[in-house]
Amino acid sequence: MSGITEPRGWTKGALAATSWLVYFFFYAPILVLIIFSFSDSRNASVWGGFTTSWYSDFASDSELTGALWNSLRIAVVATLVSVVLGTMSAIALERFRFRGQRVFDALLYLPVIIPDVTMAVMLLLFFAQAANWFGFSKGFGTIALSHIAFCISFVSIVVRARLAGMDDKLEEAAMDLYASRWQAFRHVTLPLIMPGILGGGLLAMTLSLDDVVITQFVTGGGWSTLPVYVFSLIRKGVTPLINAVSVVMLVASMVLVALSLLAQRLRGDDAI
Amino acid sequence: MAAVFERDEIDVEPFIHGEEATPEFEAANIAQDRRRGLLIALPAYLYLLVFFAIPLLTVVVYSFATRDRFGGADLTSFNLDSYVELNDQLIRTIILRSAGLAILTTLICLVVSYPFAYYMATRSETARNVMLVFVMIPFWTNFLVRNYAWYVILGTDGPLSRVAEFLGFGPTRVLFTQSAVVLGLVYGFLPFMILPLYASIERIDGRLIEASRDLYANGLQSFRHVLWPLSLPGVIAGSILVFIPSLGAYVTPQILGGTGTSMLGSYIVTQFLTARNLPFGAAMSTVLMVFMLAATIIYFRKGGRTL
Amino acid sequence: MTEAGVAHVDVEEVATTVDAVAIRGVTKRFGSGDGEVVAVDDIDLSIADGEFFAMLGPSGCGKTTTLRMIAGLEFPTSGSLKIFGDEVGTLPPNKRPVNTVFQNYALFPHMTVLDNVSFGLRMQGVDKATASGRASELIDLVQLSGMEKRKPSQLSGGQQQRVALARALVNRPKVLLLDEPLGALDLKLRQEMQLELKSLQRDLGVSFVFVTHDQEEALTMSDRIAVMHDGRLLQVGSAEELYERPANRFVADFIGQTNLIEATVADGDMIVLGNGSKVLAPSDYAAGTPVAMSLRPEAISIGTRGSVPAEHQADSLDGVVSTAVYLGHALDYHVSVDWIDLEVRAPAVGSRGRFQPGDEVSVWWDRSSNWVVAD
Repeated sequence: MSGITEPRGWTKGALAATSWLVYFFFYAPILVLIIFSFSDSRNASVWGGFTTSWYSDFASDSELTGALWNSLRIAVVATLVSVVLGTMSAIALERFRFRGQRVFDALLYLPVIIPDVTMAVMLLLFFAQAANWFGFSKGFGTIALSHIAFCISFVSIVVRARLAGMDDKLEEAAMDLYASRWQAFRHVTLPLIMPGILGGGLLAMTLSLDDVVITQFVTGGGWSTLPVYVFSLIRKGVTPLINAVSVVMLVASMVLVALSLLAQRLRGDDAI
Repeated sequence: MAAVFERDEIDVEPFIHGEEATPEFEAANIAQDRRRGLLIALPAYLYLLVFFAIPLLTVVVYSFATRDRFGGADLTSFNLDSYVELNDQLIRTIILRSAGLAILTTLICLVVSYPFAYYMATRSETARNVMLVFVMIPFWTNFLVRNYAWYVILGTDGPLSRVAEFLGFGPTRVLFTQSAVVLGLVYGFLPFMILPLYASIERIDGRLIEASRDLYANGLQSFRHVLWPLSLPGVIAGSILVFIPSLGAYVTPQILGGTGTSMLGSYIVTQFLTARNLPFGAAMSTVLMVFMLAATIIYFRKGGRTL
Repeated sequence: MTEAGVAHVDVEEVATTVDAVAIRGVTKRFGSGDGEVVAVDDIDLSIADGEFFAMLGPSGCGKTTTLRMIAGLEFPTSGSLKIFGDEVGTLPPNKRPVNTVFQNYALFPHMTVLDNVSFGLRMQGVDKATASGRASELIDLVQLSGMEKRKPSQLSGGQQQRVALARALVNRPKVLLLDEPLGALDLKLRQEMQLELKSLQRDLGVSFVFVTHDQEEALTMSDRIAVMHDGRLLQVGSAEELYERPANRFVADFIGQTNLIEATVADGDMIVLGNGSKVLAPSDYAAGTPVAMSLRPEAISIGTRGSVPAEHQADSLDGVVSTAVYLGHALDYHVSVDWIDLEVRAPAVGSRGRFQPGDEVSVWWDRSSNWVVAD
């Protein structure tokens, strides 16, 4: 099938210009934010000469670094658990038929499409009720459990796409060549879906590090992640310190996204 | 050559002996396969049941409960009061405002994305992939930070206001207005429109457009009668993907909006964190969820795939 | 060529008289209830040791399912499946002494050629050095020496095909299964590989069971061919048997080109054609059975109206040429006889004149070249 041919003349010029404008719209605010994080002014929106002091303030602010540390710990736990559970669910859905499959499939998609706020409300009520019955305090545990709940779905979707793109004859070939089912998975399937697993994992980590709404709802006991802490700072009043923190978060998530795109582009030597 | 293939030289373990296959064996085999599949799915299945399905039901249950004196919910008395409360002047205003802003956001996204996605679909494979990556990066970049960037730009004496002054418009204040909220939402959700639109335009056979031109359609007619109808699945998918999160937006109105721009998402949050009217907040969440589910079902019915 | 193939299955040359593959009453159903599909319907099949055996049929006829059942990739719903006398019906693929060359090869894209070829041995617990050594021998055998370190994506289609062959043969299978092995190759390469596969099979003396939808491929390479349709086994035989004595209408039509002329069996060895004329065509069918007479286009002679030799008078029809196509080595005519249309292929050299559309002609055939088939 042939794609749409490139338009000619002024149409092409107009389209190209629109596209550049869209990119400008995407990236200009990010650039402005980065510039103003180096601004020596009390007002976050006003340029007052170059300084890196906001970054050193960030480094020496124990609340901020504590929140950053919390974010990282939760992200690591959420990623590890959701990678294992998400990959297993992807394999089950893509390679097996079982009772309750459709329900499970729908259940996996829901956390992706449900608005943040609704999911936050759900988990708030759930943990409040559970804490009532079982008596535990909210914090690291409840945040990690909530993050895993939405990360599983994303990992599962990415890994499933990879599995679906893989020729399932390869597993048959392995078994025809005396591999047991487990050996076929271990030596053939797993290496081939690894880019998907890595990509999904990085995505899960990005999502966990980014989340504000859900974390804010399920946290307790003074426990805070970096985005939640920053969000509360923004609402109290803005200083360029937030610019610096934001840039750090921005760079972190861009690196993770770039890595995950890279991982998904790794190919098992084209043939799948 | 035959030396390579001495058949009696096989020195690996002997093959076990099987039995004649029967319908019972086949059935048992299928059953075993199903059990294995279920077993592999089970950890994630149970996890989502406990930490997603049950919380979801909890919200629904709470929406029928009665608010108690301590800002909690009385789970012994169930009624439809919270749903009746939804029919209130203030709520109607908020719902209408949210819907209006969400529709506006969706339309702006559509108008901006269509030429972009079309242009992307016409480029070479390499150019497409590069363009796609640079759409994906903001797509997954911290949402809070991206909204905050606009706070900096739109702020008092901020860059935008300086530019406006320089151009002779006088001081402008966009921050804390509905325009700022729409701007933030468009900025946040634009990739949700571009990606499905691109996916559906990219699938269109270019020869169809050439055929329409060959049959005397001008550019506009060709768009109206060929390109637009064929890209409709992408338009619908993108619109739903932008509209739903816009409706439930919380962070954007909180950062960029003012006191008079409360939207559905942020209003629900207030019910839980400030007003402490849990059943009412739960009822609003349930309505939003049902609405979201209906939209998603329409999306999949229309053959949408991209998420 | 078929003669040589038949000789090869000779008992003297093959040590065992046990069938390499024996299929008895095997049925395979997919799905259940209304969605149930009978992919393979109660077939019996014996494949001798050292035989090059083809399974031929249109897509969805059950040939691939049969192959997959021999490989163990599907289990039969019922019936017996023996490999060299051992029942294997319930064995998984990794417990069966057979290996497969898959359609599109299914080479492991993340492994080198050497790793691909030694995979089967490694999975059977052979140590790495021995496995690599034996794999190298097989890579030599398929003439890919020097390519051991390459990935499948760096090989041409023909080379991938050879890797797939080596990967299966290195395990010394008792039966080699091939699923449309040449389907992905272009015509010229395909013809080369046909001959190569055939000679490889002859040298190794192992049975090849080969699935294809390409009848020419099946006819060229195989000792015997099984024709399948709708899950049923219609006929098993050599290329000549299938071509000259097809068991039914489907086989007659599927193998090569033919004219099927509707008829009814009359008394004796006569059949009555649609226009009422009686033709001598012996068959075992009872009088009154609706049948068709199969006449190959090249078995029909064509000449000007009235030029029918006396001995063929009873086996002739008059008609008008409707199209004439020059094929180089032959001339292809369609001749309208009053109630049917016949395809006639006359050699370009030595024909009795050439005809144009509209020419009035007679066609006739040798009594021994017609063949009666029923449904």
